[in-house]
Amino acid sequence: MSSLWSELERVLHEVQKPARYIGCEDGMTVPDHHSGAVAWLLIYPDTYEIGLPNQGLQILYEILNERPDAVAERSYAPWTDLAEVLRREGLPLFSLDTHRPARDFDVLAFNLSAELVYTNVLECLDLAGIPIRTASRSDDDPVVLVGGHCAYNPEPLADFVDAAVLGDGEEVVGEITEVLATWKAGGGGARVDLHRRLATVAGVYVPSLYEVTFAGGRLQGVRPSSDAVEALEVVEKRTVADLADWPYPKKQLVPLTEVVHDRLNVEVFRGCTRGCRFCQAGMITRPVRERPTAQVRSMVAEGLRRTGYDEVALTSLSTADFSGIEQVVTETVADDACGQVSVSLPSLRVDAFTVDIAAEIQKARRTGLTFAPEAGSWRMRQVINKLIREEDLYSAVESAYSQGWRRVKLYFLTGLPTETDQDTLGILEMARQCVEVGRQHLRNPSVTVSVGGFVPKPFTPFQWFGQNTEAELRRKVGVLRDELKRDTKGYRGVQLKWHDPRATAIEGLLSRGDRRLGAVVEDVWRSGGVFQEWSEHFCLELWTEALERQGLTLEEMVYRHRTEDEAFAWDHLSAGLHRDFLWQDWRDALEAVGLEDCRWTPCYDCGACTGYGIEHVVASAVPPAGGSQGTGQDLASGGEVPVLLIARPAQRQPVPVGNA
Amino acid sequence: MMRLRIRFHKKGKVRFTSHRDVARIWERTFRRAGIAVAYSQGFSPRQKLSFGLALSTGHESEAEFLDVEVVDDRYCAREIWDRDRDASPAAEVVEALNAALPVGIDVVAVAPIDKGESLQQAVVACTWSIEIDGIDRADAEAWVADVLSRAEIVVERERKGKLVIEDLRPHVHALDVTGVTETGVWLTADLGTQPRALRPTELLTAVYPPLVARSVCRMNQWTSQGTDREEPLMAPVVPAPPAKVLA
Repeated sequence: MSSLWSELERVLHEVQKPARYIGCEDGMTVPDHHSGAVAWLLIYPDTYEIGLPNQGLQILYEILNERPDAVAERSYAPWTDLAEVLRREGLPLFSLDTHRPARDFDVLAFNLSAELVYTNVLECLDLAGIPIRTASRSDDDPVVLVGGHCAYNPEPLADFVDAAVLGDGEEVVGEITEVLATWKAGGGGARVDLHRRLATVAGVYVPSLYEVTFAGGRLQGVRPSSDAVEALEVVEKRTVADLADWPYPKKQLVPLTEVVHDRLNVEVFRGCTRGCRFCQAGMITRPVRERPTAQVRSMVAEGLRRTGYDEVALTSLSTADFSGIEQVVTETVADDACGQVSVSLPSLRVDAFTVDIAAEIQKARRTGLTFAPEAGSWRMRQVINKLIREEDLYSAVESAYSQGWRRVKLYFLTGLPTETDQDTLGILEMARQCVEVGRQHLRNPSVTVSVGGFVPKPFTPFQWFGQNTEAELRRKVGVLRDELKRDTKGYRGVQLKWHDPRATAIEGLLSRGDRRLGAVVEDVWRSGGVFQEWSEHFCLELWTEALERQGLTLEEMVYRHRTEDEAFAWDHLSAGLHRDFLWQDWRDALEAVGLEDCRWTPCYDCGACTGYGIEHVVASAVPPAGGSQGTGQDLASGGEVPVLLIARPAQRQPVPVGNA
Repeated sequence: MMRLRIRFHKKGKVRFTSHRDVARIWERTFRRAGIAVAYSQGFSPRQKLSFGLALSTGHESEAEFLDVEVVDDRYCAREIWDRDRDASPAAEVVEALNAALPVGIDVVAVAPIDKGESLQQAVVACTWSIEIDGIDRADAEAWVADVLSRAEIVVERERKGKLVIEDLRPHVHALDVTGVTETGVWLTADLGTQPRALRPTELLTAVYPPLVARSVCRMNQWTSQGTDREEPLMAPVVPAPPAKVLA
């Protein structure tokens, strides 16, 4: 075995938080590497604390290790202090599980959850001793893959990856393993031939087999090279039809040192059809696939017993929409076998948060409560199709304060299409009203308002929108700060936080960027720009200077509105969504026209189900009790809400799949 | 309610976890082992655990201690703990905890204790085994003799933002070269812990030439001085578990 541990343990005392690098978590696998097994190194290109809890990586780690023809280990981006020590000592990037050199693996697979980690991908490759550019790699170098939400536009990283994998990974990692196992058994060969084989796997996009054309400084298209017969005109994403078949992770990793979301996490459903127009996750993960309530319960009970955690998060894009939410919360809290357990519900919609749920989840320890109204006016929320009313927010906040919470967090976006300063200021008005509601229950209620700059994402109706400039976002934050200063007494209890508009600009650049950004990403990395999502390391000048050297501008790449027929860097990839559906939804947005949730109403054929022959898997044909009251998305509640719904021909009746 | 004292080792890769990490590991361990522990009252209830002197991150130990208030019916009667080894629940508790602990943290003894001084107050000195690279026996012995011959070892250090001057010499109860390695020596040091614990690495760098430890292991914590000195809990009361392979 080629473990680097004896070298590493001599230098770990030099770095901060050495426990990041030891592995040893409960749930860890010490795999048996053998010549018949394809060895995967799953890498999260951010720190251990951020990456360890990532459920996608843990799911693939287990699925691969269960296969006889695969082994999987993990790695995370070493913090800058360790990177320096590794380079000084001539040591490579390593796996945490057995401390093997990264280069000894057949596959390095990166999870891309955020744009600003892209330079860390290059850093990890370089630390691994692998040429960062695909074209420079030898036939013996490991295969470099990327997956995760940002892989839906992998063009900024196209020069550095062998392939990008679109959509759910559960099935496709097995298919890739089979291709690589056959390749290894046949003695390998030229890298280009391996690329061709990988391109035959559904959901796998191999950038080197495509040609990118530009005209007049703009992208014209990304098309298969004339000799690449395996390359498809359009690569479609992968979707697992039923979450019940994939009860993973079965052995969630329990870290020995503190990480974010340090608790048991159980995914209750995947996909979301609320149709929030800014939300890429909601668009690309359709349709809704609920996990059966009984399976959720057993994963929670078994997980708590095995891990020793006293907190469980029921995860999804909008957990209060889960059909079995009340049952699971009530039974988990009542289950004596697990001791005092707190349940946290991330991604709560305010219209579905009731006193009942509030009362249940506060029984053990009150976890933080965050609501995401996203925008400060009803008009703005119609534009983004987040159809929650102010009354819904206030009643949710009332539920929280009445059950003993002292602080709630509210998330908002600014820089949304058609946003006026009045809309922006509405954010503070809502926060002030929430504090008012709280005063009826306690003396000093507090509301923390987090404001993020909106970044248009691929495969959303807002992909045509010109992102607000850094200056404009900065101005809007200024409008909010000035308003707070104007009336400090009136806004007592309201705290304002905001995301750095400079970072938002670069997220926007990478989100919708094309292949020309490869040179920019490399330039920034070569200038020392790693851990760009960390405020202490982020440096806007590195990016603007690199853009300038490539003759590119933020105005052209990020801030410009795009036209209906404009080519996107992701047109050759597909999340199932029809482009004309997205365009129509964009036009509807501009007219503040809402769109209902198709899981409980007729299908409007966005393409995510119809294109793949799959459908929603929901246990209930109506919204859960207490959920969606009066939002207009709940057609059962009638038309009392001033939301204009589009009449579209029903193409398919919703088919609830009874799985309770 | 029964107050138990646990003695455990911390060795191998897990030595890089912090004191705070170890506390969190223990909280999960009691739940995983199915041993019911008393919780504090209040807004954010916590298990009633109290740890002794913090061990520096990266150091190993054969003498870590933890006091815990157990409310588990199986272990709350004092008389069952006074039975002889086979009938005492000690072995069962040690086994349950070790099955739930990470590789490298191993319980070697458990026993009931009366409510009294906290571990931190009770301990007056620790014995350390220190591995030094790049020094031969003669030089190491000269270094030790130099330390022991000094009337005082004065250092300046920052404490709560203020510069304070301290004499480390009274904390050095014993120091000796106790073995040689291929590349250096083993030192054994008894260092005082009251009013504050002198860390071995502090001593190594306080005297010229400074020495760099390759590894440090806490061997004992003492609650009294002299030849018949005692530890908070002697090891092992029950046979140590079979050594796990430290991967």
